Amino acid sequence: MSEAAAAGALTPGQKNRQRVEAGLRRRYRAEARFRAYGIAAVALGLSFVALLFVSIVSTGWTIFRQAYVLLEVSYDAETFDPDGSGDPEVMGGGDFSAPIKASMRELFPDVEARSERRMLYGLVSDGAQFELRTRLLAKPAALGSSETVWLLADDRVDQFLKGKIDRNQPADVRGLSDEEIAWIDQLERLGRLELRFNRSFFTQGDSREPEQAGIWGALVGSALTLLVTLVLSFPIGVAAAVYLEEFAAKNRLTDFIEVNINNLAAVPSIVFGLLGLAVFIQLFGLPRSAPLVGGLVLTLMTLPTIIIASRAALKGVPPSIREAALGMGASQVQMVMHHVLPLAMPGMLTGAIIGMARALGESAPLLMIGMVAFIVDVPGALTDPSTALPVQVYLWADSPERAFLERTSGAILVLLAFLLVMNLAAVILRQKFERRW
Amino acid sequence: MSGETTHATRGNHVMPPERAEQGFRTIGEITTDNPVVVCRGVNVHYGDKHAIRDVSLDIAHDEVIAMIGPSGCGKSTFLRCINRLNDTIPTARVSGSIALDGRDIYDKQQDVVQLRARVGMVFQKPNPFPKTVYENVAYGPRIHGLAADRTELDEIVQTSLMRAGLWEEVKDRLESPGTALSGGQQQRLCIARTIAVSPEVILMDEPCSALDPIATARIEDLIDELRQNYAICIVTHSMQQAARVSQRTAYFHLGDLIEVGSTDQIFTNPRHKLTEDYITGRFG
Repeated sequence: MSEAAAAGALTPGQKNRQRVEAGLRRRYRAEARFRAYGIAAVALGLSFVALLFVSIVSTGWTIFRQAYVLLEVSYDAETFDPDGSGDPEVMGGGDFSAPIKASMRELFPDVEARSERRMLYGLVSDGAQFELRTRLLAKPAALGSSETVWLLADDRVDQFLKGKIDRNQPADVRGLSDEEIAWIDQLERLGRLELRFNRSFFTQGDSREPEQAGIWGALVGSALTLLVTLVLSFPIGVAAAVYLEEFAAKNRLTDFIEVNINNLAAVPSIVFGLLGLAVFIQLFGLPRSAPLVGGLVLTLMTLPTIIIASRAALKGVPPSIREAALGMGASQVQMVMHHVLPLAMPGMLTGAIIGMARALGESAPLLMIGMVAFIVDVPGALTDPSTALPVQVYLWADSPERAFLERTSGAILVLLAFLLVMNLAAVILRQKFERRW
Repeated sequence: MSGETTHATRGNHVMPPERAEQGFRTIGEITTDNPVVVCRGVNVHYGDKHAIRDVSLDIAHDEVIAMIGPSGCGKSTFLRCINRLNDTIPTARVSGSIALDGRDIYDKQQDVVQLRARVGMVFQKPNPFPKTVYENVAYGPRIHGLAADRTELDEIVQTSLMRAGLWEEVKDRLESPGTALSGGQQQRLCIARTIAVSPEVILMDEPCSALDPIATARIEDLIDELRQNYAICIVTHSMQQAARVSQRTAYFHLGDLIEVGSTDQIFTNPRHKLTEDYITGRFG
């Protein structure tokens, strides 16, 4: 038999095999291509995240250290307690910049001109005198004695030490005069100027002076705001979801409600801010700039997210468990409480955490209710004026001083750390719930 | 669905589809001497679909009644009427009367929670609660407040597990999750859970269809033992199983109860053509 005849006499099975083989390469190529697209997409996403982190961390990591000057200050009894009464009011009213100035003069005795001296004093932060005041009031026995303390240096000194000010630039660009640089060099040589752990950044509120500005006020403000949000939105959201999913009759009204909840999830957050301003502040007369109002506004914003996620979680509970419970004679409420809700809880927590993460990063609605104000004090209650982390980032990013750039990145780092801790807590909680089953 | 088509064409000359309107009557004895559940003229609609047509049947004390029939014939639907589990399906409508000990269970006065405590159910797929073995069995007594204290509850749990033939296997791991047991054990756990509230009737919806033959044999033995104390109503796709465990058999076809009779009679001497075709394996 000739080859042509053999080829012509292929059985249907052989023919099919040939066709499959012909198509195989194409199929594998398509598969490889598809994988490559996926990998490229993931890589692109990751590289953007990496870029973000590198840029924030590279400008922000220096925030952990701050320039301090070591000065020997004496609490002169004449200045702080002229009538010898020991009254803290009198003591607190004294001029605490005097000992600092005296100490600086002692270090640089040849600086005599008034303007030069003012420049010299300017190397120490304005906040240093308040530090001294606190120290003396905490320990009145120190009156008349002297002590050696590390005091905050000016933000320009700090930036210079961190290498963010180039000494080769012209003086008006650097913001530091040649004399100032010479003094800084000398202080460093004496071991009296160094970068130390930046405690005040993590313990203080905002300030006009970059070296004194801390994130703690905003952090507490955010924490209080989120506390209100969580306490309100999680129970309300879960209750609404349970009712809509398990109890409500399926009719036009519930369909209408569902559509509206989905729409609410897409409403721009600033609209919620306006609503909060109109309702909570104007109508109910709640205080402006308060974490309470911020929490209420963010609750409105978070609720749809939590309701939608919770309903999805409830839908995911297998019907067999519901039937088992009903078949045992459990009432509707017992079925939901004993079986459905515990099984849906991990999913609900996920929804809550997504909502909370969004709320944490939200600044627009908080601007509307006045949480954008410049607030120095750390809030101690839900009605104290306060700001929030993202708003603080916005405020600092808007400030002209060079040192605020570092602080902005530092604030973003704190914000991200806060988010991380929150998510971690949620993951742990979720695992705990899941392990129970 | 070739089976469905076959019986539809075959059914046409045996019995026209509009037979219900022409007053079709179930062949065989639908009543018994000592009925617990008395169903008369039960109709179920799912929306526009007429799932069960005019079914009347008694379920007796200490007897196992098997419901057989091809898929979609309405036997499970009928079963779920008896503990009103069809209430959970929004489109389902049930009419006719079903009486438990002489009281209509669809009466407004009837509390559905109480009804389900009296009519227990075992499902096709073992569905233990995702809780411990102990909690699974204790759940019913707990929600119905059947045990005064922990000792009594322990006792109920132990007796129920013993009756379900599971005690020896799980007594050392009462605190391990019920979902960690094997399929057959899970199903026996579900039976233990059901009998823990001492129901009068136990409904079983294809309880062995997800189990291997050995587990099936154990469940069948168990059903035989439970017959002493409960009325058992079992839906099954296995005719051998129906023959093995039941005393009476009801054959359903496309929403009609075609024939009822003693299991022996149905399997050896079916009176209706459809019943005969089904049990001889010509369709189904």
